[in-house]
Amino acid sequence: MENTQPATAGRQDPTALPIGILAIAGMTVFAAVFLMAESEAAVGGLLAFAAVAVLGAGKLGLLERVRAAFRDHELTMHTAIVIGALAIAWVFREDHFALLMLTMAMLYLTACLGLNVQLGYTGILNFAGSSFLGVGCYTAAVLTQHTAIPPLVILPLGGLMATIVGSVLILPVLRTRGHYAAVVTIAFAVLFKTFLEVNDSLGGPQGLAVGEMTLFGWGFNSNIEIGDFYASFYMNYFLLALVITILAFALTRRIERSWVGLNMDAVRIDELAASCFGINLARWKITAFMLGNFMIGTAGALLGMILGFIAPTNFTFADSLILLSIVLLGGMGSVWGIALASAIIVMLPEKLQLIQEYRFLLFAALVILVLRFRPNGLLPRADRIYFPGWRPR
Amino acid sequence: MSEAILDCKGVTRRFGGLVALDTLDLQMPRGAILGLIGPNGSGKTTFFNVLTGIYGFSDGAAAFDGRDITAYSSQEVYRAGIARTFQRSRMCLPLSVFDNIMVGNHKRLDHGLWANVFARKKLRKAFEESYEEAHELVKIFDPPLAERMFEPVAGFPMIDRRRIEICRALISHPKLLLLDEPSAGMTHEETRQLMDDILEVRDRIKDLSIIIIEHEMGVIERITDRCIVLNFGRKIAEGTYQDVANDREVQEAYLGAE
Ligand SMILES: Nc1ncnc2c1ncn2[C@@H]1O[C@H](COP(=O)(O)OP(=O)(O)O)[C@@H](O)[C@H]1O
Ligand SMILES: [Mg+2]
Repeated sequence: MENTQPATAGRQDPTALPIGILAIAGMTVFAAVFLMAESEAAVGGLLAFAAVAVLGAGKLGLLERVRAAFRDHELTMHTAIVIGALAIAWVFREDHFALLMLTMAMLYLTACLGLNVQLGYTGILNFAGSSFLGVGCYTAAVLTQHTAIPPLVILPLGGLMATIVGSVLILPVLRTRGHYAAVVTIAFAVLFKTFLEVNDSLGGPQGLAVGEMTLFGWGFNSNIEIGDFYASFYMNYFLLALVITILAFALTRRIERSWVGLNMDAVRIDELAASCFGINLARWKITAFMLGNFMIGTAGALLGMILGFIAPTNFTFADSLILLSIVLLGGMGSVWGIALASAIIVMLPEKLQLIQEYRFLLFAALVILVLRFRPNGLLPRADRIYFPGWRPR
Repeated sequence: MSEAILDCKGVTRRFGGLVALDTLDLQMPRGAILGLIGPNGSGKTTFFNVLTGIYGFSDGAAAFDGRDITAYSSQEVYRAGIARTFQRSRMCLPLSVFDNIMVGNHKRLDHGLWANVFARKKLRKAFEESYEEAHELVKIFDPPLAERMFEPVAGFPMIDRRRIEICRALISHPKLLLLDEPSAGMTHEETRQLMDDILEVRDRIKDLSIIIIEHEMGVIERITDRCIVLNFGRKIAEGTYQDVANDREVQEAYLGAE
């Protein structure tokens, strides 16, 4: 008999955890330095350094150990990442711009995790991502201006509204043949923007103001001043966005690590085989589509409050493409890949004005390159682990 | 209720002008192993596809376990207790062996969103039980494979994939198992082993009936109780292997096809 090791068993590598923690510390420092970089040359140098460091770490087998650390010490690694994020926020506590960028990256991540449930798990291509962000934003605008609903409650209401509006697309999404569903979502995105532009009660082309987030009487649009301590008002939004991102992340993960995630994968990979084993295709497509839109809409509601003012031009088809390209770039189904890609896509153009102008061109080129040379994305999805740490007896 | 597990009357399937399956009558008693043989293109796979709701019936009807399943969808057929393999293996290649087998276990798992996302303790229990069961099942077919349950199926050779596919069909304890050329591409020895394993599993699952499509006549002779021979979609012979092997029309059909 062959002596083969179970994939999840095998001996634990004692160096994995320290190397994993060091990697997170290194990335935290890198992110901080990157956010501080002023000149384009410095940014370019940092990017080159990151590329060399990643390649070098790969050659030395360190990346494998980081992967092992995530597999065997998940909670510790996750805690380290949250601490890293908080440390960066602390360093930039007085810097409006850096905090705003970090917050935006997290909200994009939340939205893309929603798209990931749709595309990465279930195979539903949704070209109207930014429209559902828009539904969340406009819901927040209307409800903060015209009702006394607590703003925290408005966030899930934004998600709910996106789910409801999205349900007009359910029938096309259920059609399997060809790219019919994708085309209908494109049409929806275009119509949605037009609808906003001609709808005077929603502010028409000028858009609407959105009220601030408040929590226990604390207005988020005020800077934090306690004694000598001062922090930008964006710190409020950063912390809330962090909580929401963690929730979205946990939800996505738990779905992936359950029979529901398995059903969604089966629907994506082989509809015919799935239905021969009792998997209800419509049920899982509808679940994925609605759940995804809920996450996008919730992110949208907070996005609206942060922006303070929204207009139809914030929600174009091109923005939907950006959201989708984050999922493709990071790796379909790969939550960490999508986190990395969100950071890259949101922050890079802000740091390199050069890119700003040719943003779409460069993103398109990047996505094509990744699809060509790394079709599973920058950080391909790992095999499903239902319960981290579980080992067959 | 009759003792027949499956009772098909006049099952017909047309594709445009082509009659792929022509008024097939088929009855099998509970617990039997039925061989379905015939030259390529004689409608064997089409019969499985019609029975499992992939193609509709152009005519005729089928009763399974006393229920009329003629209008059933694929999902309903599976729930009623029919599981199958595919001639050209259809596994979810990026998913692990365990995942693939759990696809087959669908009807015995709890798929509620709440139960899956929040009731993790209960899910863990179901997961552990399912793992034990899948592990035991795979061990019958291939002990080394059973130690690699969490590796993607894409990394296994065709022979292993076929075994995994049979496990996927068996895990839900079906009443009727449809095997479409399970030994294609295997050597004589591997085929013999596979058939032994299938027979072993049948002894464990009470009243499991099997219809097997197979080209290897030695297999048919060894494991089937009865055979049906199709040619151009029509049943041309039925009986024990010896009966049909001596049938002149059957010999002609096979010679004609060669
Ligand atoms: N989906 C289909 N569309 C058109 N013709 C089909 C289809 N499926 C099967 N056929 C035809 O039906 C006949 C029987 O095919 P099949 O059942 O696959 O034969 P077997 O499994 O006995 O080799 C063949 O002539 C085949 O070309
Ligand atoms: Mg066939």
